[in-house]
Amino acid sequence: MKVSREYPAAPPVRALREVSLRVERGEHLAIVGPSGSGKSTLLNVVGLLDRPTSGGYRLDGVETTTLRDGARTRLRGGRIGFVFQSFHLLPHRSVLENVMLAEIYGGRPRRGRRERALAALERVGLGHRTGFAPDRLSGGERQRAAIARALLGGPSLLLCDEPTGNLDSRNTEAVLDLFGELREQGLTIVVITHEQEVSERAGRRVRITDGVLVEEE
Amino acid sequence: MHVRDLAGEAVAGLLARPVRTALTTLGTVLGITTLVVTLGVAATAGNQIVGRFDELAATAVTVEVPESTTGAPVVTWDAVERLTRLRGVESAAAVADAVEGANVSVRSNALVDPARVTTHALTVLAATTGLPGAARGRMTLGRFYDEGHVRRGDRVAVIGEEAARMLGITRLDRAPAIFVGGHAYTVLGVLGDLRRERNLSAAVILPPTAGRRFGLREVTRVLVNTSLGATDLIARQAPAALSPGAGDLLQVIAPPSPARARDAARDDADALFLILGLVSLVVGALGIANVTLVTVMERVQEIGLRRALGAARRHVAAQFLLESTLIGLAGGVIGASLGVVAIVAVSAVQQWTPLLDVRLAIAAPLAGALVGLLAGLHPAWRAARMEPVDALR
Repeated sequence: MKVSREYPAAPPVRALREVSLRVERGEHLAIVGPSGSGKSTLLNVVGLLDRPTSGGYRLDGVETTTLRDGARTRLRGGRIGFVFQSFHLLPHRSVLENVMLAEIYGGRPRRGRRERALAALERVGLGHRTGFAPDRLSGGERQRAAIARALLGGPSLLLCDEPTGNLDSRNTEAVLDLFGELREQGLTIVVITHEQEVSERAGRRVRITDGVLVEEE
Repeated sequence: MHVRDLAGEAVAGLLARPVRTALTTLGTVLGITTLVVTLGVAATAGNQIVGRFDELAATAVTVEVPESTTGAPVVTWDAVERLTRLRGVESAAAVADAVEGANVSVRSNALVDPARVTTHALTVLAATTGLPGAARGRMTLGRFYDEGHVRRGDRVAVIGEEAARMLGITRLDRAPAIFVGGHAYTVLGVLGDLRRERNLSAAVILPPTAGRRFGLREVTRVLVNTSLGATDLIARQAPAALSPGAGDLLQVIAPPSPARARDAARDDADALFLILGLVSLVVGALGIANVTLVTVMERVQEIGLRRALGAARRHVAAQFLLESTLIGLAGGVIGASLGVVAIVAVSAVQQWTPLLDVRLAIAAPLAGALVGLLAGLHPAWRAARMEPVDALR
């Protein structure tokens, strides 16, 4: 991808300046940078939540910038799994129901959904917490439930926005271990973070400063 | 997106805040209840008024005949014949009662007994032969005079029950005579059990030909009994049948028709309550719209999450529309139930037969759902318009 994104203002805010980034299948990439550097804008573009002002973005070989809203929504639902800093689990719904939520908007059949969700929860090590309400889980467990939800559609890309921002060090370690396992299973993971510990665990690091992207060794 | 998933998400969204959802339905419940009770009680009460209708009162028609100004009678004695031939007329009789006929002294014998009151002031009137039927009475003794007596001008009379008691006439086998204003008349029968024109009970009734002596020349009143439901028709046709030339001079007194009684009952109280019910519905709709809008604002992050999980704008809109529609539907169902219970309760207290229209019971919940749907349009549009980037921030 090679994109720019400007926000209308006087003068226009240039959040991304001709950012060029290629992520290989199975790669574990960390995007680091201070707040206000354009990290979130990049995440929104990569996650198909926002369109770049100029440039192109290909996901699994599909040029996304020219797609209509509906097609982008289907692509987002099918190919990208989101993990957020604040988990975004629905209160009043059990962990299992929260995970199953990931499948209701795609065209996947209702039959077997519960089994797939249970399998995803097993995969993140939450098989013993399926009937719990999210507010009875620890922060690390909540994030693992959110990761299970992101994994349910079988995404090509796991997109994580400060996944450990609300976690203590022990839980952070557990989540990072989980990322390592998933990576070994062949999943592509992009993590946006400002935490040294998180970025060190990634296979590759890029730094973004004032909308400009630089590779880091 | 599967319809069952959509329904499941909407129901889960509502059950997440059960108290708020319950309170939101209240406006619709009030509105629908008011409408159902108003329409239902009106139907029940209307039916009740018709049901209570007295068959006697509902079939009695009286035609008042004014005094002739030209010398020729407005209604001739034989006109009743024409009236009886009308379809819907069960019985009819023409009556002449003039001022001259009131308070005529009547005695049962010619002797003057100073120790007893033997002279009575009774009303004397003339009537055609159909009078027992027209007055809904029966001959308790003897018989009524017939056409032969009328044609021949026989000096015969029929007296009312009360008059017979006053005059001391208890049997007719010796052909008793009474003296009416000094003239002797043979009593043919006693007319009793009157259910209409009860004043005839204390009267002396003479054939029209015999009544002329007492100034009873012109028909002053025609009594008509119709079959049930024919009063309107007969009331319209009677003047022309009785007096083809001067029908508009006649005054017809007919009972109000059942249809009009029902309409009147409905019009009285209903308009106000219908307006009240509609106002409640509008208030209920505003309540749903308001709460749903607040809910949308509260669930911005949830909307963002759903969009990130692949929900299209129409999926988000559909969920909020369905939630508000379900609130309206619940209000409609509860309102209709309360309304039906209220109708039955009112009927039980009034000892009426409750009249429940099945269409009302079906239409009321649908109306509630429609209210919810309309109320949800704006919030759903707001939710769908939301950008996922802003919603997740």
